[in-house]
Amino acid sequence: MNAPSKNIEPGSGSEHAQKPSLLALDGVTRSFDGFKAINGLTLTIEPGELRAIIGPNGAGKTTMMDIVTGKTRPDGGTVQFDGHDMTRKDEADSARLGIGRKFQKPTVFETHTVEDNLLLSLRDDRSVFGTLFSKSDPAGRIAELLALIRLEDRRLDLAADLSHGQKQWLEIGMLLAQDPKLLLVDEPAAGMTDEETARTAELLRSLAGDHAVVVVEHDMEFVRQLDCKVTVLHQGAVLAQGPLETVSANEQVVEVYLGR
Amino acid sequence: MTQALVKRPLLNTRGIIFLCVLAAVAFGVPYLNGAGALPDYAVSLIGKYLCFALLAIALDLLWGYCGILSLGHGAFFALGGYAMGMHLMREIGDRGVYANPDLPDFMVFLNWQELPWFWWGFDMFWFAALMALFVPGLLAFVFGWFAFRSRVTGVYLSIITQAMTYALMLAFFRNEMGFGGNNGLTDFKDVLGFDLQSQDTRIGLMMLSALAVAIGFLICRAVVVSKAGKVIVSVRDAESRARFLGYRVEGYKLFVFVLSGMLAGLAGALYTPQVGIINPGEFSPANSIEIVIWVAIGGRGTLIGAAIGAILIAAAKTVLTGLYPEAWLFVLGGIFVFVTIFMPRGVLGVWDSMVDEMWRLRGMNPRERRLKA
Repeated sequence: MNAPSKNIEPGSGSEHAQKPSLLALDGVTRSFDGFKAINGLTLTIEPGELRAIIGPNGAGKTTMMDIVTGKTRPDGGTVQFDGHDMTRKDEADSARLGIGRKFQKPTVFETHTVEDNLLLSLRDDRSVFGTLFSKSDPAGRIAELLALIRLEDRRLDLAADLSHGQKQWLEIGMLLAQDPKLLLVDEPAAGMTDEETARTAELLRSLAGDHAVVVVEHDMEFVRQLDCKVTVLHQGAVLAQGPLETVSANEQVVEVYLGR
Repeated sequence: MTQALVKRPLLNTRGIIFLCVLAAVAFGVPYLNGAGALPDYAVSLIGKYLCFALLAIALDLLWGYCGILSLGHGAFFALGGYAMGMHLMREIGDRGVYANPDLPDFMVFLNWQELPWFWWGFDMFWFAALMALFVPGLLAFVFGWFAFRSRVTGVYLSIITQAMTYALMLAFFRNEMGFGGNNGLTDFKDVLGFDLQSQDTRIGLMMLSALAVAIGFLICRAVVVSKAGKVIVSVRDAESRARFLGYRVEGYKLFVFVLSGMLAGLAGALYTPQVGIINPGEFSPANSIEIVIWVAIGGRGTLIGAAIGAILIAAAKTVLTGLYPEAWLFVLGGIFVFVTIFMPRGVLGVWDSMVDEMWRLRGMNPRERRLKA
């Protein structure tokens, strides 16, 4: 836990004189049965940054998120988040350190009310005995979140009874309740109507600044609406990086992405 | 003004009714027995059903709320039963067939010269009572520690719990294990100076069992209505979401597993003196499956339903095995299939749907009503 880390010692060398990155992956590799899902991936995310990560199927987007959240251990390379070595953490650690992860398929607690879903997500003691004797009553914070995700009138409904889009929003609300430093969002626009998609892009843009937001997406129109720096993954490594216009003009990108 | 959060009370109307029924049984049965309306054997029989009810509540906490289907819960029950049985054996003292003041009869028969170390301390009641909770708790802890940390879930976990109880059964069948082998432990004389053959002692044990059911229910209910209870249900419904919210899922599963194992052990400890014998048959996989059937029939995730299911099925078993011994397993299997297909939420679930329908007919939202329950 106290492993020496160059990132948490500001000013220790000229190359680290500036503010350290929030998330830094360096030369990360991971293979499954010989298939290199991640192959020398190097990527940094700054605090408060909004970043879109795109790439064809099998580019390693999901594995990358699994590695960042401690679900999968890399075979090699380093992963630093906010001064912590993420290769030695599990999912619960990553959440406690400030990484919120949204799944592609909305995943909420279906048999709990909307209110309880948020209650369970708020920053609080996560230990068994802490929750067993919990006396906290964060009604005010829950009301704020309900307003933000526009579910005030569904407060006492079971999450199972929400529409697909509402579940996506509830899940985003649950992530915000954790007040994470980094939000990992996996294809948030999947299965959404155009209007919901636009609203989601707007929400994610507004969240950046307070939180770093990394969006993994297929839908180019949605990425355009995000209006941020784009990273293209291909075969487990970064192929191109920059504004969407530059990236989409890149010949290699066009080749792998459109299969030409 | 923000709306207050909904909090579920420790005791809802249904819980109060349940505790009242338990009290009525605890005091009504001895009264009826004294008045001659109830035969003597019925008192111990009811005591036995109450032990099953506690066992079912313990399994329901684990299966109904945490989603862990244990097909080996009979093992914890039997271990509690053996712990109490060992004390009762030591209590026999020199009144056994071989009149050895230290060694139980079966050890004399096997030509053992001294008491094995794992029998030490069982001459003291408090020690045996503690072990009846501690040993099942320890087994649950060790088993759960490895299983949950390795993220064994679902059917795989169920199968290894079944293997666990089967392995214990085979082990306890062996004479060398030092637990009486095939015959188990029996011929008990008294407990804490009370003659186990006397009707007063039997009534006392039945009342204690009712008290244990009440306490077990209240403990489980307290867990269920707490925030930890909400986390436990979350683990059942969306384990990975719970992990990515920062909950250490293994810890919650282990807590529920150990608590459930200890309550099962308590049920076993009360069961042994009332039936007068504990043998390796209690570890048999079929017994553990029967517990699961009780809970499924009563209604998973209700605690009270589990107790109702256990008592209904145990009573039906008593009646039917008396009348048509060959038919029982077919009837049990038939009931299980019927309930699984037509009443997936069990007896209590059917009752709930009926009540909800009634409220709906009166133009009220049944769910809002139930939130506070």
